[in-house]
Amino acid sequence: MIWTLEIIVLTMVVITAVAAISVKDLLGAAVLFGAYSFMMCLLWAIMGAVDVAFTEASVGAGISTVLFVSAVFRTSRRSKD
Amino acid sequence: MPEPMMIITAKLNYWIYIVLMMVGLYAMIAKNNLVKKIIGMNILQTAIILFFISTGAKHGATIPILEHTHGPGPQVVQAVRYANPLPHVLMLTAIVVAVATFGVALALIIRLHREYHTLEEDEILNQLEEE
Amino acid sequence: MKTVEKIIVLLFGCFLIYCTFDFPDWSDPGTPASTHVSPYYIEKTLTDTAVPNMVTAILADYRGFDTLFETIVIFTAVIACFLLLRQYKIDEPVARMYRHIPTGTTFRIKSGGKYPRESADFERIDLQYVPYGVVVKTTCRKIIPFVQLFALYVIAHGHHSPGGGFQGGVILGASVIVFAISHNLRSATHRLGDKIAAVLCTLGVFIYTATGVLCMLLGDNFLDYSALAPIFGTDPVMARSHGILVVEIGVGLAVMAAMISLYYNVSSAGKLDEGL
Repeated sequence: MIWTLEIIVLTMVVITAVAAISVKDLLGAAVLFGAYSFMMCLLWAIMGAVDVAFTEASVGAGISTVLFVSAVFRTSRRSKD
Repeated sequence: MPEPMMIITAKLNYWIYIVLMMVGLYAMIAKNNLVKKIIGMNILQTAIILFFISTGAKHGATIPILEHTHGPGPQVVQAVRYANPLPHVLMLTAIVVAVATFGVALALIIRLHREYHTLEEDEILNQLEEE
Repeated sequence: MKTVEKIIVLLFGCFLIYCTFDFPDWSDPGTPASTHVSPYYIEKTLTDTAVPNMVTAILADYRGFDTLFETIVIFTAVIACFLLLRQYKIDEPVARMYRHIPTGTTFRIKSGGKYPRESADFERIDLQYVPYGVVVKTTCRKIIPFVQLFALYVIAHGHHSPGGGFQGGVILGASVIVFAISHNLRSATHRLGDKIAAVLCTLGVFIYTATGVLCMLLGDNFLDYSALAPIFGTDPVMARSHGILVVEIGVGLAVMAAMISLYYNVSSAGKLDEGL
């Protein structure tokens, strides 16, 4: 049943997006944003866009999480909102 | 199937994409921390990419890769059987450009932190007013 | 409590939801997006270019201009990041940290003191506490060649399976980034410096543009690879397939160098001495 899987992944995408913008710790936000990218990659694989899913898995969940963590490491980790 | 159920099954995916766009826009305009604003920008960007990809989805279609043949042989290809590859191409390049702009945004943030030693928007504005 | 922002976002959402009632149903095969130009691509790709993966064929052949300028956008982003962050005049740090490997003790030598030579016994480490990660280092050293081999496979096999220049280039860049994280930034820049990365990025864009100009010199349109048939010694259809491969190699080089350069500059805040 591919549509039940799709609904579950869509719910996870929304949950991780809301969590990524509401946690106070920026390192946690970086990790949640990586999870968001990976859920997005699963969604595109379900829709049949395998090339896009591959790109998102390597770029969104890989490189941009690394860039994000290194930028948080170079600046500050706390956030007021 | 009754009429409202049909509308919901046909449009539910679009509504969830719009919720994602709203989350991203809210983070961009209401959050005070600059890193949170960048996360919001990326969420909005991926939601729009998701909408574009979904225009290429078709019922009962397979991935846009033909079965392996040696050379251009006589093969009948029906367009209905394959997902629309054009949005995939446009969005594939958009994702890689997104990570490049993300890098530039992080560079700007590091530069701001070097000057003002904070990432909060209101503190930066206060320091600018004091000068 | 940020009422104005919430009202704006809600209005935006209501407007978009109102617009969805005019959209075609989700995953309907008869939408305008799927009935005009895309059936041509789906049906003619194999006979035009001999590439089974339609996404690769459209990316590098039918819509080659789009990809060319996207590559140039990545190149511009690298230059912007470099100009924003790079610092050449670095004041010497207050101290340096060294580790004596056989005993595992670390030394903190103040500025002006006598630094030991880098050798098998002494290694310089970052000022933040760095644990002695022999398991991480050894695992990454063993795994990096396989990652790079997979990246080359992704670039070369993009005609027949998901993949291509963008994905393969990102994986190649990720292998260097993994090396920089598991060891330290100095040993990564020692092997692949930021100047070499900038040259490679330029070289990738140059390969792409030069292929297009070569097609023009052979008397055809810009980026029309069927003009390259005499060079490859094949018929025009296979020449388009080979031309796509050349262009993908250029894209892969540019993307790899862009990712490495972005990581070097962001993780060390432009100083390139101590990384993450």
